[in-house]
Amino acid sequence: MNRRESLKLIIGIATVSATATFGRTRAFAQAAGPFTLPPLGYAYSALEPNIDTMTMTIHHQRHHSGFIANLNNLAKTIPDLGAKPAESILANLSGVAEAQRMAVRNNLGGHWNHAFFWDLMTPGGGKEPDGPLKAAIDAQLGGFAAVKDQVTAAGAGRFGSGWAWLFVNKDKKLQIGNTPYQDNPLMDGGRGAVIGVDVWEHAYYLKYQNRRGDYLAAWWNTVNWDKAASNFAKAMA
Amino acid sequence: MSFSLPDLPYAHDALAPHMSRETLEYHHDKHHLAYVNNGNNLLKGSEWEGKSLEDVVKGSFGKNAGLFNNSGQHYNHNHFWKWMKPGGGGDKMPGDLEKKIVADLGSVAKMKEDFIQAGVTQFGSGWCWLAVKDGKIAVMKTANGESPLVQGAKPILGCDVWEHSYYIDYRNRRPDYLKAFLDHLVNWDYVAQMHADAAK
Repeated sequence: MNRRESLKLIIGIATVSATATFGRTRAFAQAAGPFTLPPLGYAYSALEPNIDTMTMTIHHQRHHSGFIANLNNLAKTIPDLGAKPAESILANLSGVAEAQRMAVRNNLGGHWNHAFFWDLMTPGGGKEPDGPLKAAIDAQLGGFAAVKDQVTAAGAGRFGSGWAWLFVNKDKKLQIGNTPYQDNPLMDGGRGAVIGVDVWEHAYYLKYQNRRGDYLAAWWNTVNWDKAASNFAKAMA
Repeated sequence: MSFSLPDLPYAHDALAPHMSRETLEYHHDKHHLAYVNNGNNLLKGSEWEGKSLEDVVKGSFGKNAGLFNNSGQHYNHNHFWKWMKPGGGGDKMPGDLEKKIVADLGSVAKMKEDFIQAGVTQFGSGWCWLAVKDGKIAVMKTANGESPLVQGAKPILGCDVWEHSYYIDYRNRRPDYLKAFLDHLVNWDYVAQMHADAAK
């Protein structure tokens, strides 16, 4: 069994067990196709109390799976979509036919951002960056406290739906910013995202309502800095 | 003239079960209030201080993003509360408005279908609208705090599709929220009044 097949098998098991949990409700409206909803690497309840179980469940099973279903529909007419790595498509959206570009941008962006987001969070996260990432943060951005403040401000300052990011820009420097909708730094020439936080209201409304600042403060407790370090290494390679 | 938060024209629980008390408490008492307060802070000392709300919205568009976002949302929400009423919605509307909808959009059913489609396809936060543009009623959609006002049109009905409008009651099911808005909440008398004003 090659890697891809074993990954499919794991996803298949996760889908069956999640569907069983939700009984007759159609939790996964995924059209058949090359895209599948990646499983969380932890239980829906694992990020409590920072992110609540209901939010994680709906966010993963409804919002993220919505992007998957849309991508599988789009893949029927854009064969490259399921064949090429998502990163290379997002970095070159002008290569997508104009009539389908916005749909690809929104849905592939949404899929990539959410997969990135799930992987970046972990129960028992929230320590501090270490190693080369810490060294780069200290040298370029004035230390972790400043990064925390600026990423939080970038998230609070995004009016409407979007994301806040710490990313490696095209000059191999760390940069902080925000993007609207499901855009991400890859679309703007960035080499890779290091951390990213979803500030669409669906990411926090059930627990934090209008208090986006409280959500952002709690979100830092979930960050998996080992994953952030590997994201940084990959972006610098 | 500074901005102030208008009272809801009905009790917070008056639109339940289609829009809950909890949703209106957050939406009106917190979100709208924040637009009013932020808008007032940004208005102070700006070139638009003392102008009418519509002039602030139109004038700041493309020039002062913070002031535009907050004044735009203040304008949108001022009307949004009045575009709803307990026992509203459905197809019963003043005759002049209905005639104009049929003439410009085909039928009331087609208007509703297009309005819901506009709301569903507005990706992320925004609004869907009926607006008068070039003398005709058109279905529109806009992002974030924008409205037909900054697209050369006059809004006569708008539905907020920011997730804060429906997430407590409908979660991710935006189409269900839009259908409930049209079927049970729209105050067609106020729409007709804005339509008459837009035609002046």
